[in-house]
Amino acid sequence: MKDLSKKITDPWESLKEFTAARIAMGRVGSSIPLKQSLEFKLAHAHARDAVYSVLDVDGLLESIKTFGLPRLKLHSQAENRHQYLQRPDYGRLLDDASVLLINESAYPCDICIIIADGLSATAINENAIPLLDALLPLLRYKLSPICLAEQARVGLSDHIAHGLQAQLCIMLIGERPGLSSADSIGAYLTYNPQPGLTDEMRNCVSNIRPEGLPFDQAAQKIFYLVQEAFRLQLSGVNLKDNSGLLDG
Amino acid sequence: MAYQHTIRNKVYSFRDLKDVMAKATPFRTGDALAGICADSYEERVAAQMTLADIPLKNFLNEALVPYEDDEVTRLIIDSHDAAAFEPISHLTIGELRDWLLSDEADGKILEGLKWAITPEMTAAVSKLMRNQDLIAVAKKCAVITRFRNTIGLRGHFSTRLQPNHPTDDPKGIAASMIDGLLYGSGDAVIGINPATDSPAAVTNLLNLIDTLRLQFDIPTQSCVLSHVTTTIGLINSGAPVDLCFQSIAGTQKSNASFGIDLKILDEAYDATLSLNRGTVGNNVMYFETGQGSALSANAHHGIDQQTCEARAYAVARKYNPLLVNTVVGFIGPEYLYDGKQIIRAALEDHFCGKLLGLPMGVDVCYTNHAEADSDDMDNLLTLLGVAGCNFVMGIPGSDDIMLSYQSTSFHDALYLRKVLGLRPAPEFAAWLLKQGITDVQGKLAHTQNMSKLIEHLF
Repeated sequence: MKDLSKKITDPWESLKEFTAARIAMGRVGSSIPLKQSLEFKLAHAHARDAVYSVLDVDGLLESIKTFGLPRLKLHSQAENRHQYLQRPDYGRLLDDASVLLINESAYPCDICIIIADGLSATAINENAIPLLDALLPLLRYKLSPICLAEQARVGLSDHIAHGLQAQLCIMLIGERPGLSSADSIGAYLTYNPQPGLTDEMRNCVSNIRPEGLPFDQAAQKIFYLVQEAFRLQLSGVNLKDNSGLLDG
Repeated sequence: MAYQHTIRNKVYSFRDLKDVMAKATPFRTGDALAGICADSYEERVAAQMTLADIPLKNFLNEALVPYEDDEVTRLIIDSHDAAAFEPISHLTIGELRDWLLSDEADGKILEGLKWAITPEMTAAVSKLMRNQDLIAVAKKCAVITRFRNTIGLRGHFSTRLQPNHPTDDPKGIAASMIDGLLYGSGDAVIGINPATDSPAAVTNLLNLIDTLRLQFDIPTQSCVLSHVTTTIGLINSGAPVDLCFQSIAGTQKSNASFGIDLKILDEAYDATLSLNRGTVGNNVMYFETGQGSALSANAHHGIDQQTCEARAYAVARKYNPLLVNTVVGFIGPEYLYDGKQIIRAALEDHFCGKLLGLPMGVDVCYTNHAEADSDDMDNLLTLLGVAGCNFVMGIPGSDDIMLSYQSTSFHDALYLRKVLGLRPAPEFAAWLLKQGITDVQGKLAHTQNMSKLIEHLF
C-alpha cells in the first residue's frame, strides 16, 4: 500500500487535441478512473436535467412582449413529461383548449413562429430570446401571434400553423440533449404547413447555441431558407441550404 | 384462427396468432404505442397461457404477414427444413420452452434445429421465458464465424471498435482507433459510422483503416457502415471492402423504408464474397437490427416489435454474416422506455438470434431521454457476458460523439473479460501480446509500445 494512487495514465494523451471523444482516459486496473467517471456522470446529469426541465412560460411570455406581437400559450395532448416520452403521438396533437385559442386568434398571415420545449426546455429558456432578437428584425413579413407550446413535438407545428392560417412555419424547439450539449435549439421550417406532413417536407437548422451555431449565423441561415421557401413555394428535401455558397 | 383462455370465469379471446403474441409480450412502450399490447397484467398472462398451448405446427400454417404480400415471410416458409422439424413437430410452444431448458437439448442438438425453428417460434417461446431462461438456452448455442479471425468461440468475447467522429475527420478517427487498439478493442471489426454516405468519403475511411491494418498486420476486419448500394459501388470501384454492412428489419415494407430488398442484399453478398479478402473464413456480412424499427417505419402489420425483430434474423441468416448487432437502446423511450425494458429486449434478441444460428452481438446502449444509465448498461453487459454474447461495441469513454448516444467503453469490455475470464478472438489476442499491448495473462501491459502506431497515423 505504499502508493495509494494506482491510476495509470495513457502515454498518448497528446492525441486528445484531434478529437472531442473521451480518449486517453487512463485506468485503475482496467477500469475508468474516478475523476473521468464523475465527469461522465455530470455530463449525463446535465442531459437528464435538460430532458426534465420545464418551460419558463411566464418569463418567456414577458420577454416576447417586448417584440410587440400577440402571444399564445398552447399545450399538446401529452399531459406530462412521462407521457410525452412514451407517446410521441400525443406530443403532435393539440389539447382542446389550444384548438379553441387558435381558432379565436387566426388570421391569414405569412409566418407563424412557435417556441417549443421539445426534449430540452433548458435550451429554450436560455437561448430562444437571443435567437428571436437576431431573427425577428430580418423577417419583414406578416406574422401570426408568437406561440409558446408545451410538451411539444415537431409535428405539433403543422396543427398550430395550419390553424393560424400561416403560409410558413418556424418552430424553435429544444433538441435531444447530448452529453456535450444540453441546450441546443433546432429550427424547423415548413412551407404550407398542414396536419399529416412528414419530416422530408421540412428544413432543419440544428445545434443553435452559443458554443454551436451562434444566434446571428443561425438567424441568417433561417432567413435564407425562409426567402427560398417563399420563392420556390416549398420546403424539405427539395429546398437546399446553399446559403454557405453565397459567402464564397 | 382465434384463440381463447379462461381465468376465473373470465374468457380472454385473441383474434389470431399475432394478437396472442403481442398480448403475451412482456410490457414495453413500443407495443403500447402501436396499440397492440395487453390491457392488464392478467390478460398478459392469459395470453402467455394461450400461447403455451399453441402447437408449433400452427406457426407454419398461419403466417403473421401473408406469404403473397411479404418476401420475408416467403423466405421464412421456403427455407424451413421440414425433415429437421420432424422430431419437434408434435410440441407446443410451452413444451418447446421446457424442452429447450432440458439437459437433452444441448448445443449440438440445437444447432441441428436452426432451420427447423422459425423466427416466429423463437419469438413466441421467448415470451414464455424469464431472463434467466433466455440466458441459459442462449449459452448452449455457440455460433462461430470467421474472416481474418475467429469470433464466437467459447471463452472468448470480442468488440467492435467504433471510432466515430462528427465530421469524419481522419485524425479524429485515427486518435480514437489508436486509443481502442491500445485498450485491446477491435477484434470483431473496426467499424465507422460515417457522417456522410458519399462514396469518396467512405473510400477515404476504408483506406485509413486498411493501411493501418496492413502496416501492423492486425488480424481483424474493417467496415464503414454505409448503405449497401454505396458499398456495391465501392466494390466495383476497387475500394478495400472487407465487410458489407446493412441495417435490416423483419418485414418487406420496413426493409423498403431502408431502401433495400432481398435482391439487393443478394447482389451485395455476391459482390463482397467475390473480393475474397478473408484469410480464415468468408463470413462477409455485418447486419444491424433493433426492436421498434418496423413500427417506426409504419410497417409492422400489427405484429409486436420483438417478433418483427426475430423475423429480421431470417433475413440475416440467408447471408451467413460475420456479425449481427442488435442496437437495442438506440431507438428511444417510446419503444423501450427504461433499463428494465432495454435489458429484457437485449436478452430476447440475443436468445432468438443464437437459436436461429446467428453470431449475435449487442450494442449495449441508451439515449439521454431514456430512463437508463450506466448502471443499467453494466447489468446488461454482465448478463450478456454470462449468456455467451459474441461481441459488444467499444467506444472511447462510452460516449459516441457522432451518434450522440452512450454505449460500452473499451474499459467495459476489459471489465467483462476480467470478471468472466474471457479472451479476445485468439488471432487478435496473439497480436495484442506480440505488440506488447497485453501480457500473457491478457492484462493490459503497463508500458505500451505505441510510438509506431502514432507515427504511422500522425
